[in-house]
Amino acid sequence: MSNDSRFASLLDLPDERGHFGPYGGVFASETLMEALDELRQAYEHYKHDEDFLAELDYELRHFVGRPSPVYHAKRWSEKLGGAQIWLKREDLNHTGAHKINNTVGQALLAQRMGKKRIIAETGAGQHGVATATVTARYGMECVVYMGAEDIQRQKINVYRMNVLGARVEAVSSGTRTLKDALNEAMRDWVTNVDDTFYIIGTVAGPHPYPAMVRDFQSVIGREARVQMQEMVGKLPDALVACVGGGSNAIGLFHPFLTDDEVAFYGVEGGGLGLESGQHAAPLCAGKPGVLHGNRTYLMEDKDGQITGTHSISAGLDYPGVGPEHAWLKDSGRANYVIATDDEAMAAFHELSRTEGIIPALESSHALAYAAKLAPTMEKDQVILVNLSGRGDKDIHTVARMEGIEV
Amino acid sequence: MSRIAAQFAKLKAQQRKALIPFITAGDPEPGITVPTMHAMVEAGASILELGVPFSDPMADGPVIQLASERALKHHVGLRDVLAMVRQFRHQDDTTPVVLMGYLNPIEVMGYEAFAAAAAEAGVDGVLTVDMPPEESAVLVEALRKHELDPIFLLAPTTGEARIKRICDQASGFVYYVSVKGITGSAALDADEVAARLDLIRSKTALPVGVGFGIKDGPSAARIAQMADAVIVGSALVKRFEALAQESDKIPVQAAAFISELRTAMDG
Repeated sequence: MSNDSRFASLLDLPDERGHFGPYGGVFASETLMEALDELRQAYEHYKHDEDFLAELDYELRHFVGRPSPVYHAKRWSEKLGGAQIWLKREDLNHTGAHKINNTVGQALLAQRMGKKRIIAETGAGQHGVATATVTARYGMECVVYMGAEDIQRQKINVYRMNVLGARVEAVSSGTRTLKDALNEAMRDWVTNVDDTFYIIGTVAGPHPYPAMVRDFQSVIGREARVQMQEMVGKLPDALVACVGGGSNAIGLFHPFLTDDEVAFYGVEGGGLGLESGQHAAPLCAGKPGVLHGNRTYLMEDKDGQITGTHSISAGLDYPGVGPEHAWLKDSGRANYVIATDDEAMAAFHELSRTEGIIPALESSHALAYAAKLAPTMEKDQVILVNLSGRGDKDIHTVARMEGIEV
Repeated sequence: MSRIAAQFAKLKAQQRKALIPFITAGDPEPGITVPTMHAMVEAGASILELGVPFSDPMADGPVIQLASERALKHHVGLRDVLAMVRQFRHQDDTTPVVLMGYLNPIEVMGYEAFAAAAAEAGVDGVLTVDMPPEESAVLVEALRKHELDPIFLLAPTTGEARIKRICDQASGFVYYVSVKGITGSAALDADEVAARLDLIRSKTALPVGVGFGIKDGPSAARIAQMADAVIVGSALVKRFEALAQESDKIPVQAAAFISELRTAMDG
């Protein structure tokens, strides 16, 4: 990476207290401060520990199945008639999404910290499944908090977690979605802080979570950077990834941070469109505020109450976003855009039929934006889309939207 | 002297301890809050803690969360809470009022605008649950400028050096959370609380309030023997939940409960 990048200063973030510019930080109650400090110290130590890194690498290779390939979506690119679209195939990871990169890392850290009980929150269920998977693998107790509304939308993932030996706790407070599951997991952690490790699934929450999850997910971008140079002889012109909390996007973007010629596009859940108010796009339509341990862009009303979100995709249905994205937006490094429910659905079908790959509805938002971007670019230009998960879990949702009984 | 300092000085002279009830403003409907505040003062409350409703009260248990949800059904926001304090001050210019809540509503209003409005309304102290001292310099400065006391929490897990650091930023009193966990969670270990209070007092001359786990007369009396203030939240708010459909009975019922605690503490 070149040091004369306009964005070199972004590499040193967060600062020692977890700030990305004005964003991030530690906005947690006093009852959690000790636990967060213990976690920060453990992570600071182990991220440089050779044994830890070697074990993480081994597990990613042999349990997760890394490296995931990059794939040239040739037929789809030709159809779109512009830039060449490549896919980073995180859908081919064990459990079918990028989430496991992070849960393996945090579970190994929990082991070293002597914590035997794992808790997690989940929206689409992908992070819950990824957590239940690693707790089964390492022989740990696992409790997953999930909004009652999301449980309805993602029954298969709920059952999958049960098969893996995890207990899924339905959360019926508030809007009964991801944010409420997060509140409940925080409460559990406050109460059981001595023996419990909280595996957060995205790059949000109090420091050190945004930095730690980013570091574990950055394997995506590190691999892709090498793979693209091998396959096309240069870096991509644009990276596109969906943004809910933002972990797959940060994981892809971060290793390209100082490659100024590579444009970043984070695609938020546009729901029924920004003007409808029914969306999950805090970066495109929200304002800075404080929620869930960090300062970041939020969807909120004039009184500072967090508002309900809407997205066809449970994994994007979150009113906040990782603080590093907030800073990448303000600093001009990344562009944040939306894809609506309808656009994501269209991309879901298009990729399935054209390339034989059924994408997750989350990833379909990234694909939908790539489909708009490609025709505006030259044929020798390259867009790399993070195909963050596979769509099997969404088959019922899509069928139901189209009035089909499965 | 601030209302909070004056109240603690007065109680000390009487050899009594402060009783601090917590209620959520606007629970179960906005009209009942101010009458309930007056009724609780009448029954022996020394300082009133008024919860500012928030959509995502992470550090609170189900009882307080539901109270927030009941208030939010009536769209009770920070400005409404300040209006309630202003109304309360028409009849009571001595009982201190502390706002307790989460940072985001204050963040949206702006620290300086909030501090000015809170001071003007007659608020005395502000406790933001999700703003630890590390992040609070700017807000604390705004509060101090308007002579409002920043109140901070201390937890059973708070280490010695940190206790000192927090107490140095706090004024009015400090709030010791007596059990690990969320508001409304169980069991209180009196010996452990006593040991922690000794430690806290070795670091600060501020009065120390104890909250979390106080349910009834006996538990309030036990804490009153060691702490400067007894803070009662969930056990009181539970009564609001039971009376949500007949809220006109709340002031009398809340006063009866406060009076029971006051009698046990003074006895």
